[in-house]
Amino acid sequence: MIRTVQQLALRLLPQVIALAIVLAMIAAVFPGFFSFSLQNGRLYGSIIDILNRGAPVALLAIGMTVVIATKGIDLSVGAVMAICGAVAAASATHGNPLVVTLALALATGIVCGIWNGFLVAVLDIQPIIATLVLMVAGRGIAQLVTEGAILTFNDEGLIFIGGGAFGGLPMPVVIWIVFGIAITALVRRTALGMLIEAIGINRRASTLSGIQTPVLLIAAYTLSGLCAAIAGVIAAADIRGADANNAGLWLELDAILAVVVGGTSLLGGRFSIAASLLGAMIIQAINTGILLSGFPPEFNLIIKAVIIVVILVVQSPKIRTISSFFARPARQNGGER
Amino acid sequence: MQADPDIILAATGICKSFPGARALDTIDFTLRRGEVHALLGENGAGKSTLIKCLTGAYHRDEGTILLDNSAVDPRNTLDAQNMGIGTVYQEVNLLPNLTIAENIYLNRQPRRFGFTATGVMNRMAADLLSQYGLDLDVSAALGSCSVAVQQVVAIARAVDLSGKVLILDEPTASLDAQEVEMLFRIVRQLKARGLGIVFITHFLEQVYAVSDRITVLRNGRLVGVRDTAALPRKDLVAMMLGRELETEVEAGAKRNDAAGKVRYRFSGYGKGGKIEPFDMEVREGEVIGIAGLLGSGRTETAEVLFGAVRADKGTAEIDGQAVTLNSPRAAIRHGFGFCPEDRKIDGIVGDLPVRENIVLALQARRGWSRPLSRAEQDRLADRYIKALDIRTSDREKPIRLLSGGNQQKAILGRWLATDPSFMILDEPTRGIDVGAHAEIIRLIEELCAKGMSLVVISSELEELVVYSSRVVVLRDRRHVAELSGDEITTSHIVNAIASAESPAS
Repeated sequence: MIRTVQQLALRLLPQVIALAIVLAMIAAVFPGFFSFSLQNGRLYGSIIDILNRGAPVALLAIGMTVVIATKGIDLSVGAVMAICGAVAAASATHGNPLVVTLALALATGIVCGIWNGFLVAVLDIQPIIATLVLMVAGRGIAQLVTEGAILTFNDEGLIFIGGGAFGGLPMPVVIWIVFGIAITALVRRTALGMLIEAIGINRRASTLSGIQTPVLLIAAYTLSGLCAAIAGVIAAADIRGADANNAGLWLELDAILAVVVGGTSLLGGRFSIAASLLGAMIIQAINTGILLSGFPPEFNLIIKAVIIVVILVVQSPKIRTISSFFARPARQNGGER
Repeated sequence: MQADPDIILAATGICKSFPGARALDTIDFTLRRGEVHALLGENGAGKSTLIKCLTGAYHRDEGTILLDNSAVDPRNTLDAQNMGIGTVYQEVNLLPNLTIAENIYLNRQPRRFGFTATGVMNRMAADLLSQYGLDLDVSAALGSCSVAVQQVVAIARAVDLSGKVLILDEPTASLDAQEVEMLFRIVRQLKARGLGIVFITHFLEQVYAVSDRITVLRNGRLVGVRDTAALPRKDLVAMMLGRELETEVEAGAKRNDAAGKVRYRFSGYGKGGKIEPFDMEVREGEVIGIAGLLGSGRTETAEVLFGAVRADKGTAEIDGQAVTLNSPRAAIRHGFGFCPEDRKIDGIVGDLPVRENIVLALQARRGWSRPLSRAEQDRLADRYIKALDIRTSDREKPIRLLSGGNQQKAILGRWLATDPSFMILDEPTRGIDVGAHAEIIRLIEELCAKGMSLVVISSELEELVVYSSRVVVLRDRRHVAELSGDEITTSHIVNAIASAESPAS
């Protein structure tokens, strides 16, 4: 037990350090960054804001981590967010109760995931191409659902998911943290995590060992679709409407980036959901920090790119080999879990 | 060192080791001017390693290479090419989207004012190819030509660049009979020009059709060099498979009476295009050996039995009950296990620790929802690390860092952990060191004594003779003979393989 905790700490160390440095940099240019206030039983503050704004990418990163661990990738998550947001909005304006609305939205995400998984696992299409199909088609489907307009709604329950609070924390924060813990428990308390890693490292050897490779691949993409559905509902609830064109736009790239910053290799294999969630928070901290620090908005993307390049360079294998001369020997095989 | 002007290339004492295996052990190889020299051996014998040492693709550990009586040390293939050693590989490594002429003169196009002089280049290419009896539109894309023509273009380029030694690495593998004849005409023509040609192939008829001398390698050692005319085909097969006439004393009387009732019966089992339908019965506590040359359908037999390739003909029975084995998963449910030939590609999950590699098949059979606890995993891993003497610093080490023999033992452990009743081992002793080799043979005998049924594929005939109670001989994707009892001797196996070869001659 102590050993696994140590391993986890060691695995997350680079991401924790990176997040701490980013936060410290923001605090340096924006005093009062760490201050909290409690109003109407709800916490406010920049940190809470980062946790809240980062919810969609954090949720996408959970599914993306598992898909990437199978040596795949899911480009469609942004578009699936748009579809599911549109479905939720359409259902709400139709007057359906909240349970039905949520069930429809999540089921839509699951169907999208199964479709991706079918293309990858059964038809054996390369993941990047297979999911590109839905990435392109998805926005069209979302537009069909919203009939080309921004579909607004007034369902209090649905709005609560985007703007409400639970135990002092905004709902989106509660949702991604709980969902992240649940999925981590699911893959690590069962054998799913190991079997997924085995598929990602050597699919043929895994099949020959009796692993149901197609089933697990479809499950991975389905999880990713489900995550995108939750993120889509949150994004729609946040603006009280479904915008087929802009909901989740480019978020698939942020989600992939979160996974990569979290240290999971795009070549598949060993993965850590916790590290990807930290990666998502690093990205959101950078976004929020740039806004807070008052740089002209035209610098934003460039500053973000520079910070990410630095994080990736520090994590790169070459730098790791060089730095391992100075580090404790234990660092060498510390890249697990 | 005598300076024989006839010898164009002389390699002496070439050694090359890879981690965990000695790939070449003091190999001598000489090539004369105007000679076609066949380099033969089963997979893993060291042919391609030797070629790579000669062409600089690998750096040899020891030994000297003399080219035209002066020592050379090619640092890479380009270097070797400039010195005069050209190579043509099985899969043509030219650029199919460029024209024939561009391929021949790639990187050395004739130029005028810095621009490629296409007209000059095409004329030169057409002249060059006409020497080979080819009259082609050299401005056509190479990809539009047949593989045979592409081979000739590759040869023309290599000869034009190098011009002393030409190495042909399985050039005929994908050619039909007529194309092979065309290729051989060119080879003879180049031979008449005084080039030294090294010819690697698996087709014995072609060896006899074109080569002057034969060098045989086995397990990284030199078996012998013979004149083709003075080497009967049967002796050649014996050299390749490693039967020593002196060790003929080994008797084949095996425990075939000890074997129990028939447990596994495959009738008319086969897969179109992979392996012709065959009948096979496996008894309890019996080892069936499978022998045959490379490409004879050995691995295909294993894959069909295990369900990795779905059989499209025939039926399988276990204890008289008909069963469907349409996937590895189905086979595993019936107690099957399969150690594949290429453990790097089909066996190990490289980045996972030894522990997870050992428990993988058992965990897969239990399903994802019933995980083995960490304590159970540790116990299983430790048990097989100890029982099979897997040498690893600890069970959490990624398996890719282990040597070949230890990886093989870990894969065996993976299957033993599932407590199988039927194991298929494809070349279990290939590419592993002598110590591990002996241990695996001992293990096969132990498992068999415990009542497990095994099918073992091996190119090492001595090995098959030691543990098999029956030996099935394969040729051309067909089961052609079954030897049992006293018939199981290396010479009988060699005869069965060689006589199978003879209709072609």
